[in-house]
Amino acid sequence: MYEFVSGPLVWISFGIFFIGLLVRVISYIKGLDWQKDRVAYSAAGIPGAAKSIVYWLIPFGSQGWKNNPFFTIGTFIFHICLLGVPIFLLAHNILLDESWGISWWTISDSTADWITLIFFVAVIFLVIRRIVNPNVRLLTTGYDYLILAIAAAPFITGYMAYHQWMDYKTILIIHILCGELMLIAIPFTKLSHFVLFFCSRAQLGMDYGIKRGGRYGRGICW
Amino acid sequence: MAAEAAVAHDQNLPPLANRTPVKTEEALKALLADRGGKRYYAELKKLDVDKEALKKTLDASFKSRFKTWLEICAHCAMCAETCLYYIANDRDPKQTPSYKIQTTLGEIVKRKGDVDNAFMWYCMDTAWGKCTCCTRCGIYCPFGIDMGVMFGYLRGLLYSQGFVPFELKIGAGMHWVYNAQMDVTPVDYVETVEWMAEEWEEYYPGLKVPVDKEGADIMYVVNAREPKHYPEDLAEAAVLFHLAGADWTIPSTVGWEGTSLAMFAGDWPCCTQQVKAVYSAMERLKVKRYVGTECGHQHRATITEGPYWAGRKDGLPPGEKPSLHYVEWVLEVLKSGALKLDPAKKIKEPVTLQDPCNYIRNHGLTDVTREIMSYIAEDFREMSPNREHNFCCGGGGGANGIGLYRKERDIGLKVKRDQILATGAKFVVSPCHNCWDAIRDLEEVYEIGIKWSFLKPILLKQVIVPDHMKPKEEAA
Repeated sequence: MYEFVSGPLVWISFGIFFIGLLVRVISYIKGLDWQKDRVAYSAAGIPGAAKSIVYWLIPFGSQGWKNNPFFTIGTFIFHICLLGVPIFLLAHNILLDESWGISWWTISDSTADWITLIFFVAVIFLVIRRIVNPNVRLLTTGYDYLILAIAAAPFITGYMAYHQWMDYKTILIIHILCGELMLIAIPFTKLSHFVLFFCSRAQLGMDYGIKRGGRYGRGICW
Repeated sequence: MAAEAAVAHDQNLPPLANRTPVKTEEALKALLADRGGKRYYAELKKLDVDKEALKKTLDASFKSRFKTWLEICAHCAMCAETCLYYIANDRDPKQTPSYKIQTTLGEIVKRKGDVDNAFMWYCMDTAWGKCTCCTRCGIYCPFGIDMGVMFGYLRGLLYSQGFVPFELKIGAGMHWVYNAQMDVTPVDYVETVEWMAEEWEEYYPGLKVPVDKEGADIMYVVNAREPKHYPEDLAEAAVLFHLAGADWTIPSTVGWEGTSLAMFAGDWPCCTQQVKAVYSAMERLKVKRYVGTECGHQHRATITEGPYWAGRKDGLPPGEKPSLHYVEWVLEVLKSGALKLDPAKKIKEPVTLQDPCNYIRNHGLTDVTREIMSYIAEDFREMSPNREHNFCCGGGGGANGIGLYRKERDIGLKVKRDQILATGAKFVVSPCHNCWDAIRDLEEVYEIGIKWSFLKPILLKQVIVPDHMKPKEEAA
């Protein structure tokens, strides 16, 4: 079992993840239509697209982030942990090194442990926000919680495995499966914002950069 | 009157609420005879949804941008606080833009067009009664989900099914029939402008309106309200062109009018016809550029979106020089000195400025209006928020003209009211017809004791008329 989930299934999930995302990006771009979208897409829109992405990738970079400080802190911590821990975890790098002979710098296990706890705080914050904020509550569906659960599951199981709670081998298999589930889910669910965030932001950035002021005025200030 | 009443009650007449745009004068008159749209709305309660057609339209036009926007929305509700209706309605969660679009367009898409009359009514109430398409929410969404644009799309879907507020069905019909938002023909228009120029020539000797002047630098395009209700606005424009020594003209054909109630209605083929009329007039007269009057949505319809409706791949209107909104022309002549203002006549009292969404947020002319303010006002006070972040006046997207959603519009005006009050200014410069109307109406509804004005009357009060352009007795 362990051999399968840590071997072929890893390949399969990464395959689905990369190909799926590629398909999402290509079909997004192919679905753009200069006349229907009313944007004369061209290289002239690239600065606007870049601006639109960069301002929103920086905490408090955009007015939207500035207006929502708590959510901004919560969501940035959530995303930084979500991406940072699996990529820089020592154990993951050892696995990578063993199979492909590549690795990069890593964080210590105790650091990862702390970051994971911070991640849990961010998750709890996001859940509480969904329950407490009436606007978010009205919008929230079971799907939103499912997505959050898919993202949190590898961390919960990873934390359990590291601390050897319950049967290590079983938890480890569950942990790997959760990670693979997330990878597979990304292209097919709302998690596709992993790449579609960039597509959508670039598109609106081009819209503002080319049409809505970019050409004559100064363009939008995010 | 008797004839009109007969039309309104004759059950044998074709229904007023239908899926066909109004394209004849006769059909337009039948609609106009239905005062307040009583019969129209009664019929609309029974209008079937052509589900097949709706599905077909979705298949053809619901593409990656809208698909992605609806799909990846994280339901974070960051858009709530950005919406004027949300704020004005005591922060009702149901006014959150994301909720509004997900429960309307989102549902239509989910059900692949299989929706009923009651649902279409809910969509209509939301698309026109809870959104002015100001696109403010879009600039605050982390994913760049522009719900104003999506509501525009939804309006198009609803319009194609006949679900559109009465006045906008008429409005689009006006554009189909007259190529203008009101029943003003090119002949009426030219006569009105010439009459105005004659009236004002006494004070401005030599004042002329060059009609159909080929190769002119500027073709001036107006809003039909001006000849219909505010002809002095035309005179003011003519005088300012005259004093600035501009080489300008107006067309004597369709294309003299640049607004687009069709855009508010979601009648895209009509938008195309409308904007093409303007472009053809420009091409026929071989003018170098377009200058539009102090109207926001005219600028959006003719200059920003128009090129796309007209099929111009570069996204630009015709003309060898860039087309201008009136405020851009004003700044140009103030800067060049062609129009000189008397600094002693600057407005002394505190004055604030309305940022019209259609050419500020959606066309980046933020600094232009501010620079003009530095010429005309001593104590200019910014609203907060301002520039791209400014709130819609509350009358945008056609909201000013829809009787059915008057109450919703009036509630929405509270946001602008409070913004104005916070500046401490009692005078609002509003270089946009819709904003001007909304601010007039908010004064009528809430009585906060403000005045409001377009730029033209202010400029005319402050302009230095060169001696050789003054009436003889005055110059002497």
